[in-house]
Amino acid sequence: MKYFPLLWATLWRKKTRTWLTMFSLVAAFLLLGLLQAANSLFYGGTINLSANLLITQARVSFTSPLPLRLLPQLEAVPGVEQVSWSQFFGGVYKDPKNFFPQFAVVPERWLKTFTECTLPAEQAEAWKGSRTAAVAGRQLAERFGWKVGDRIPLNSQIFPLKDGSRAWAFDLVGIFDNTTADSCPRMGNMYIRYDYFDEARLFGQGTAGIYVLRITDPNRAEAIGRQVDAMFENSPDETKTQSEKEFNLNFVRQVGNLSLILNAILGAVFFTILLLTGNTMSQAVRERIPELAVLKTLGFSNGGVLGLVLAESLLMCVIGGLVGMALASAAMVALAHAPVSFPPLRADATVWLIAVASMLGVGLLVGLPPALRAMRLSIVDGLSGR
Amino acid sequence: MKQILAITLMNLRAIPQRLGSSLVIVIGIAGVVGVLVAMLSMAQGFGATLKATGKDDRLMVLAGGVTSELSSTLMPDILPLLRELPGLARDAEGRPLVSAELVVITELRRGEGAQRADVNVSLRGVEPLGLQLRPEAKLIEGRWFTPGLREVVVGKGAANQFQGVQLGAVLKFRGSEWTVVGTFSADGDAHESELWTDANTARSAFGRGGSASSMLAQMQSAQSLPGIQAAIKADPRLQVDASTEVAYYSSQSQQFTQQIGMLTSVVAAIMAVGALFGALNSMYSAVSTRQVEIATLRAIGFSGLPVVLSVLTEALLLALTGGVLGAAVAYVLFNNMTVSTLGANFTQIAFNFAVTPELMQKGLIWATLIGLLGGLPPAIRAARMRVVEALRGG
Repeated sequence: MKYFPLLWATLWRKKTRTWLTMFSLVAAFLLLGLLQAANSLFYGGTINLSANLLITQARVSFTSPLPLRLLPQLEAVPGVEQVSWSQFFGGVYKDPKNFFPQFAVVPERWLKTFTECTLPAEQAEAWKGSRTAAVAGRQLAERFGWKVGDRIPLNSQIFPLKDGSRAWAFDLVGIFDNTTADSCPRMGNMYIRYDYFDEARLFGQGTAGIYVLRITDPNRAEAIGRQVDAMFENSPDETKTQSEKEFNLNFVRQVGNLSLILNAILGAVFFTILLLTGNTMSQAVRERIPELAVLKTLGFSNGGVLGLVLAESLLMCVIGGLVGMALASAAMVALAHAPVSFPPLRADATVWLIAVASMLGVGLLVGLPPALRAMRLSIVDGLSGR
Repeated sequence: MKQILAITLMNLRAIPQRLGSSLVIVIGIAGVVGVLVAMLSMAQGFGATLKATGKDDRLMVLAGGVTSELSSTLMPDILPLLRELPGLARDAEGRPLVSAELVVITELRRGEGAQRADVNVSLRGVEPLGLQLRPEAKLIEGRWFTPGLREVVVGKGAANQFQGVQLGAVLKFRGSEWTVVGTFSADGDAHESELWTDANTARSAFGRGGSASSMLAQMQSAQSLPGIQAAIKADPRLQVDASTEVAYYSSQSQQFTQQIGMLTSVVAAIMAVGALFGALNSMYSAVSTRQVEIATLRAIGFSGLPVVLSVLTEALLLALTGGVLGAAVAYVLFNNMTVSTLGANFTQIAFNFAVTPELMQKGLIWATLIGLLGGLPPAIRAARMRVVEALRGG
């Protein structure tokens, strides 16, 4: 630590060069933070889903509805605590750009199945008490500035009303929230009542989109899934049951092999950054050869000089990297509050781990060659500037 | 002019002596341009596939107020009315050239390992006239499906991207077995990502009664559209939207193209900022190593302008080399690579990356800009150096 002033002084020996290298490092780590956060979204790292929920969909596709008559059979499966069903409503709020998902559900079942989300008791009663009532997650309500008591008009892209019109409207009676931090992954959704929806829609009566099963023991998820699917095998309503996590991951993976593309970009960025900082460090050492020789004359050991140069390179990469990551985190917070629908990017522990490992890795890799050169430097050659 | 040429050539000949910092510019800019071109070529290829779909003299009818075929339902009672719309072409037997089609989503497997996913693929129920309506659809293997039998033909793109759809394979939808009896191509359009079967077979298997998702019809000519739209408007029973097939598919590519465009701009802009600082750094150090040389030139009578231009030329040449390298790498790695992604209809669309000359040009423009911005401040510093101090070696 006592060498820190020396380190700091050598780092800023050529201010322009250090600033420019720092800025490049900041840009590289800003990208790393954002792209790794996106990557971690793809691998499900940030999807905070309960292991107790299974999704039963039609085998052919989750867009094909399943009939409600499957319900008693599903409820009879041992280990299944609660069954809820939901139909995707496909509503557009004012403009297609305002996309958010809405589902028709049975309030009593929803409340017992999605226990990671909480709705105040009087709001839950109000939801059960009125057929056109709806509830929304806090995040969604904040996005559009909704308050309890607002009337929300929605144009369903899928379901016309009996008279052929698509203009539905619902009364917002409740806003649900997390029970503990980030426990409720449904904060951007809205839920309407299935009974009203089913009666009012032009077609499709008596069908649910998917069933959501709450199970008592997450370790039995696979076995229960297999048992459910076996019950309906070879019927027109064959099912596919998987954990909610797998269901969502599959959904994201449908977009394609994005992580390959993201990693290719990161590879290009880091190759460049290695070259750039490596060049800066070797220049910095080359210019200072007489100074390094002086240090050795003063009694610094070979190892000490090696350490000094390495520490300088590490310091530069860590400062640049931390600033870049801080910018990336700020950008993600800004995105989360942006008025567009955007998957929730977050720099979680994995992202930070990768970032810090990269800072140290780049620092060592670019610092080592000039540091070795400094270590092997002979005092006489160095002092004469040879 | 002679001065400029002399000094610039001298400068360029010295590049090998500064290989490390020159490479920083070349590689840095190659990275920016490579990523930019590769990502834009994805949007380009996707857009090209959808824009190649459809003809402007074919009519596409969807339920009123919906934007995609998947969410559209045409109820059975209005289909006969739609088939008799004015302005539709008829075949030799006097039947209107119409195909009321049902589109349902099926899941097929794509990829291996961590990338394995069950992806949404369109199964299109086509009426017998639907094949006649689309002369671009050509069989490349096997035979067409037989109406009434559970048989499917697979688009070329789907056959290439998804597992278990080779000729003779058996697919299981809703508890029944369907045989793949053929593969078709359709001029590289979006239908090549679909499975086709007979409309009535699909309706009964998927319990859709007599309804359809959309109706495709051959118009007498592209000019028939306003008359048809007026006829629809005049009949209160018809709550449907009619457009040309081309207009429908073009609108489907907009969202994806915009999203990719935005993502690309953000990533490329951050990378460009990084590369710009790298270029500035390298050019400043190039100028400082040449300090004595530049000062000598100034002392023997060279003016400031040739010095500025020589530094700028060096920066630009290095930047352009980087740009060409990046565009070339993007071309070699990605051009014509086939991938599939989720389209606006919520189903997979297979498409080829298209690294077009326009995109490469765009990449080179970025490279030039970074080179200019990175070269200018060091060039000005070089020209402003005090000759006496510089000669002393700073």
